[in-house]
Amino acid sequence: MLLRNPRRELAVDGPLSVVALLQRLEVAPGSVLVIADGTLVPVDAILADDADVEIRPVISGGS
Amino acid sequence: MKCRVCREPAVIDVRRHNANFCHEHFLRLCRDQTAKAIADFSMIERGERVLVAVSGGKDSLALWDLLIELGYEVDGLYIGLGIGGYSDDSGAAAQAFASDRGLTLRVVDLRRDHGFDVPTAAAVTRRVPCSACGLSKRHLFDRAALEGGYDVVATGHNLDDEAAVLFGNALRWQVEYLARQAPVLPAGAGFPRKVKPLVRLAERETAAYCVLRGIDYQVEECPMAAGNKHLGYKEALNRIEETSPGSKHDFYFGFLDRLAPLIQTAAAEARPDLAVCSSCGAPSSGEVCAFCRLQERTEGAEAVPVSLGRARKRPRP
Repeated sequence: MLLRNPRRELAVDGPLSVVALLQRLEVAPGSVLVIADGTLVPVDAILADDADVEIRPVISGGS
Repeated sequence: MKCRVCREPAVIDVRRHNANFCHEHFLRLCRDQTAKAIADFSMIERGERVLVAVSGGKDSLALWDLLIELGYEVDGLYIGLGIGGYSDDSGAAAQAFASDRGLTLRVVDLRRDHGFDVPTAAAVTRRVPCSACGLSKRHLFDRAALEGGYDVVATGHNLDDEAAVLFGNALRWQVEYLARQAPVLPAGAGFPRKVKPLVRLAERETAAYCVLRGIDYQVEECPMAAGNKHLGYKEALNRIEETSPGSKHDFYFGFLDRLAPLIQTAAAEARPDLAVCSSCGAPSSGEVCAFCRLQERTEGAEAVPVSLGRARKRPRP
């Protein structure tokens, strides 16, 4: 799994729902997109054990 | 989750609309919301030439794509800010987007064209980097639009950006700033018209739009923005939005509907008369405009690494 800002990778056992994954990582669902195997997935999606997942933050700074 | 429109599997939830959307209908939602903002606030007329301020991030590339999709004539302007690898990557994303679609991207490089960069300006002025960055971008976008014959400058400010700025201005009751916080700033006194067509879209939606459209944007955050006030305001508002979806929309559009009309007169009276900068000819409240003063202050300064440019206060030598 790829996490950004700062960029880092970690392994999580699946299958697991997106909601459960974000809860485990203590990430607010409204602050990220979850992309599994290159596809945007909704919060109720189940992530397979071998899925390549990116948690992409969407909050940017500057004004 | 099912799409609200077609009942096919959804790819994203939009909680403030209490709805989920499939790929196709989410893209349509983004186009419709952008078109509605343009129409509601009379941002752009058909046939006008638009210059989009392009950073290489999700908002500006989504905006450029959406305006093209909506049939407008749009070029981009990218400003190289000299923020190390971050600027290299964001510039590459902007260039790739333009070249893949056969669009015109103008490029200004602060170091090459004006002799300084944002980290150096931050260090020399001992102010936060976002100050020199914002000042430079506003000045150079205005200049490029006027010199290039564009009718309007479009920026990628989204609902989260506008709500956060409103929050910050309201915290200090900065009435002049509040009065200028409109989705459209009309042209006049040496300024081009400026519009914000994404004010009806949250930044999670502009990011999702890019993913679904295959737009490869700069995902990494600006290393100099970390810890700035704007991000803090966004985090505070996001905590409210989490338990009360739609709060940011109500906050911002309620302001535009109910408070903004009441403070226009006071703000107009407080606005300084503008002269012309003796150095570059831009509108200025003093003899020399803020951008030219910044350029003068940084003249001859040694380039500062990104990490040092972040420092708010540095000990005097």
